[in-house]
Amino acid sequence: MRFRAKIVDLACLNHFSRVVNTVARLAKTCTLRLTADKLYFILSDKVANGGVSVWCELCQGNFFDEFQMEGVAAEHNEIYLELVPENLSRALKTAQNAKTVKIKLTNKHCPCLTVAVELPSLSSSSRIVTHDIPVGVIPRRLWNDFREPGVPDFDVSIYLPVLKTMKSVVERMKNLSNCIVIEANLSGEMNLKIETDLVSVTTHFKDLGNPPWASDDECQSSAQGRDLESMAEARIDIKKLLQLLAGQQVNPTKALCSGCLRQMN
Amino acid sequence: MRCVITGGNVKVLGKAVHSLSRIGDELYLEPTENGLSLRAVNSSRSAFASFLFVPLFFQLYERGSPPRAGQHFRCKVLMKSFLSIFRSLPSLEKTVGKCLILLKPQASRLVVQLHCKYGVTKTHNLAFQECERLQAVFSTRQCANSLCAPARVLAEAVVHFPATLSEVTLSAGPGGKISLRNYVEDEKEPGRTMVTELWLAEDEFQEVAVAPGTCITFCLKEFRGLLTFAEASNLPLTIHYDAPGRPAVFTLDDPLLEVHLVLATLSDPESISQSPTANGASELPTPADDFADDLESYMIAMETSAYEGGSGAPPSPTFPLRTPGPAHSEPEEEEEEEAVPGTPPHKKFRSLFFGSVLTPGGPCLAPTQEVLAEDSDGEY
Repeated sequence: MRFRAKIVDLACLNHFSRVVNTVARLAKTCTLRLTADKLYFILSDKVANGGVSVWCELCQGNFFDEFQMEGVAAEHNEIYLELVPENLSRALKTAQNAKTVKIKLTNKHCPCLTVAVELPSLSSSSRIVTHDIPVGVIPRRLWNDFREPGVPDFDVSIYLPVLKTMKSVVERMKNLSNCIVIEANLSGEMNLKIETDLVSVTTHFKDLGNPPWASDDECQSSAQGRDLESMAEARIDIKKLLQLLAGQQVNPTKALCSGCLRQMN
Repeated sequence: MRCVITGGNVKVLGKAVHSLSRIGDELYLEPTENGLSLRAVNSSRSAFASFLFVPLFFQLYERGSPPRAGQHFRCKVLMKSFLSIFRSLPSLEKTVGKCLILLKPQASRLVVQLHCKYGVTKTHNLAFQECERLQAVFSTRQCANSLCAPARVLAEAVVHFPATLSEVTLSAGPGGKISLRNYVEDEKEPGRTMVTELWLAEDEFQEVAVAPGTCITFCLKEFRGLLTFAEASNLPLTIHYDAPGRPAVFTLDDPLLEVHLVLATLSDPESISQSPTANGASELPTPADDFADDLESYMIAMETSAYEGGSGAPPSPTFPLRTPGPAHSEPEEEEEEEAVPGTPPHKKFRSLFFGSVLTPGGPCLAPTQEVLAEDSDGEY
């Protein structure tokens, strides 16, 4: 099992750091899956109510100048590591003006992901900072737990409004209720609602646009049959939603929200 | 005592107070013929800092007549109160033109008066307590190793360590490289803590006089306070250290200002190795054992407050010892055990020695005491 990777470009480093920061804000520990050409940050929280599940897939070529990986075995050329993303985030935080950043799997007193940062200095030789992040190697028999989640069976899929706007709306609502209802339809309309004994507040978003999903004929026909105006609704824990929105550092071009239709009688 | 500070020096004084506030809760003031000395010590007696402002730093410096011949007047004030006067450094710079400090022993008040723009004068009257001289006994001459670097280099080095980190290990590695590494306590599982290590090349330093393989572990928090001051004043910082367990002395030198920070270091000889070894220190050694070993001239002295002077026998005096030897350690052990409760035992830091100037009436202990200012003067 070997892993060595190098980032040389500052913009790539910055982007990678922001992805790691986002993951770090969502989970205390997560799984890092390494394949020949991708990295995945996975958190599959099996909690029934309101657990956060994260699946983050990165193409290594977008970030790394060099990327060498040898998995546990030839037929299973992958590595699964358990780590605390906050550590990785901290290691990258002060590396933002580095000449190079190397990440490799090492075995110091325990398996570690070593981040070696070469920093510019006024002297002839560069400053080197190394961070040894302890990791746990996840055995092959547990790899099935981390399979990619299938495309969810949803009824409505909609592009979210500007996340910053959405975050400030949800933050105000947090003080009034624990639960928030997200409603959306196929006409690009979305509502954020809270309801308490004393007050109910709804924020309406219009013209958001619905992403086209390549679906097989069955789904197509059911979509055609469905009323474009009818809302699919989901009730979620406000704090978890806020955690997701607050952690966003990646400035996505588009963020999607997909939900299941609930019978509204 | 009466002194006046003008212009940019007011901000320097403010920054010095900020730096001292990172150390302890009380600010000790001592006007001497060499200048005004401000000092602080932390509650576990493992960190001591002193700023000596020479008379040239002031527009006017009048030490005043000491209460008793040969004695200096000393007092301490609450750090919080003194700091609040210099709380906002930007506004000090912008609005304060002159600062007057008046010490009136008879009135029991320390008066700090800020003369600001637009004719505004802010007068602060602080209550003080007379006290003993706060003085850690140390000697940079006794330190075998020293390093001098621009403060900026060291500030850039510590930025890689989290703000909450307590201890850092400085070591001299092969090839003249100096490393800083976060110290992981033995008790925590070694497999769980992230270890960060930074290597600095020899030529980043202005002076390197260290034996390879030496290392010391000290508290980062108090060091950061000094570093902030040094960086702002653009002064090179010198680190003097000796064997683990002996205090490390950090100094800044400037024509107008002498700054010393003395930090106790971990006496764990195993702190060199990367893999934490069970050196049996996980069970706490009894205080007596600790001190008999390492102690020699370093031990804790009780700091007495409100020296009555002239009335009755003073508490048992403590004497600084220069020569190590089991024979001498006995009388000291009693002293230590009284004061030890202040030291957090699990840290295994040695506490610094503080001299006491208590003598039944009469001349000061100058021969056996080491005055901070003179010590460093003697070096050069």
